[in-house]
Amino acid sequence: PPAHSHSDWIGPPDKHSNLRPIIFYVPPEESALERRLREARQEAQASNQRFWAQHNRAFRQEKEEFIYSRLKAKGLEMRDESGQKATLNAEEMADFYKDFLSKNFKKHLQYNRDWYKRNFRITFLMGQVALVRALRWLRRRKKNVEQ
Amino acid sequence: MSAARRCRPPRALAGLFVWRLRNTGVRQIPYRFVHLYRIANDRLITFQYFNFLKRMYVTQYNKDLSQRAKPKSESIVSPFHELQQLDQEKKVVHKISPVSPIHQSWSETSSRNELREMKSAAETEDSVVPVGAKSKEDRQWKEMKLRLDDLPGILARLSKIKLTALVVSTASAGFAMAPVPFELTCFLLASLGTGLASCAANSINQFFEVPFDSNMNRTKNRPLVRGQISPLLAVCFAASCGVPGIALLTLGVNPLTGALGAFNIFLYTCCYTPLKRMSIANTWVGAVVGAIPPIMGWTAATGSLDAGALLLGGILYSWQFPHFNALSWGLREDYSRGGYCMMSVTHPGLCRRVALRHCLALIGLSTAAPVLNITTWTFPVISLPINLYISYLGFRFYRDADRSSSRKLFFCSLWHLPMLLLVMFTCKKSVLEKEDKGDLPGRSRERAMEIRLP
Repeated sequence: PPAHSHSDWIGPPDKHSNLRPIIFYVPPEESALERRLREARQEAQASNQRFWAQHNRAFRQEKEEFIYSRLKAKGLEMRDESGQKATLNAEEMADFYKDFLSKNFKKHLQYNRDWYKRNFRITFLMGQVALVRALRWLRRRKKNVEQ
Repeated sequence: MSAARRCRPPRALAGLFVWRLRNTGVRQIPYRFVHLYRIANDRLITFQYFNFLKRMYVTQYNKDLSQRAKPKSESIVSPFHELQQLDQEKKVVHKISPVSPIHQSWSETSSRNELREMKSAAETEDSVVPVGAKSKEDRQWKEMKLRLDDLPGILARLSKIKLTALVVSTASAGFAMAPVPFELTCFLLASLGTGLASCAANSINQFFEVPFDSNMNRTKNRPLVRGQISPLLAVCFAASCGVPGIALLTLGVNPLTGALGAFNIFLYTCCYTPLKRMSIANTWVGAVVGAIPPIMGWTAATGSLDAGALLLGGILYSWQFPHFNALSWGLREDYSRGGYCMMSVTHPGLCRRVALRHCLALIGLSTAAPVLNITTWTFPVISLPINLYISYLGFRFYRDADRSSSRKLFFCSLWHLPMLLLVMFTCKKSVLEKEDKGDLPGRSRERAMEIRLP
């Protein structure tokens, strides 16, 4: 993002977490409220990034392990003669998906609660900031009109 | 405008879709359909709608092709060796960091994997390439500023406008089936109110699900995920649609419809959306959400909740199951990774049983329609072939439990509902027509058309 920009910039999805990182603009005269909002957003972004990067990595890893163990049980190698990666069909993978979901169920419940709380808080702060800015703008206009 | 002409194009086009799928082998196409959760029954919309679907396939396919062109390379090495590689990559970090001081503000993992991409590029080519890849990534950074000319498109995607259109058409089906003389103003107010309520519900749903949507293939291009709109604006938009929508329904139509609309919004946003991640019961709640719009249409016309409304709701309710269960069969990986509790992942046997059960229930409900004096007895007779066909596909899905049977069932459900509602409409027992029970379909249809025009 260019140095002269006055807004936030959002980037392409992260390779691990699939979330898009945001670079926040810090205005020189940032009020305490605005700073709280920005910090809440940064914190949420970091927390989400941590969770999803770790989660997706675990998924990929466990999927590989599952495929490896199943192929071994069938007596096949990870790569067949042509060098292609051997895969299991959807029905065999279904066991893995079911397992993975139930294993991570509690983790997801915790994350959901966390995410909803953060989301509401950030949106509420955004509302407050917008209100304060609107009032300030109105006050400035009134002052200009009076002058 | 004979119904026969309407019957043929949807079936032919459905065949075209399957052909297209087989040829292109694109897995992403079914994902689009979850947007199209409820199907238009309106005659005018049905044909254009299928054409529109066809166009959407092409654009979706092209979009996905262009997405694949991005340098989002899968790690060549198996993740087992991931940890060993990290040390080597840390050395690369120091070499490349002078280029981009901004990246220091990122979290460690994102800088690490960006450099992993660069490392794999540097392995094969010389160091000129990483700089090239950098500028390409730089171009993918977008300013988070709202542009007014983008706003209509953004809001349309936020409110899932196509899904909303389908919800409105099922509501208008409910309105049309009510045994009262047709009132245009009431019809328009009810449709508008339902549409606004649906927009509000969909916006709140997207507001709640940002990190999950970004992790699933079919939803990763939503406005909130891409940062095109702020969450605050999404909530304000939802409020500015929902409040007038419900007010319009309560004051302009009748309080019962308004109450149903408000209840449906609540059910969708506060029950279905959180439940998706907690228990498989979400599918049943979602089916109720889909069943309520036709009930709303009926109550808008008649002002009361009678057996006909419940029957229509029941038909929509039963239809949701083969539709959704067949669709979710192909999305199991995304659901599992995203943490969504769906029957197809956790209870696959139940998933298929329920789909079959409800296909058969549709036959039963169609037979109940003339008993409740909503349609003539020609309705269960005419609808029997299509109901039997979807039940047959449901049975195949139950028995085979594979991708092709789930796809067949899903595509069948797409044309089955419009056809069923259409046939129901043409077999509607008009208030003045109660004596003509034994009429031939053609004649009763013509007469029904005459009477129904305002």
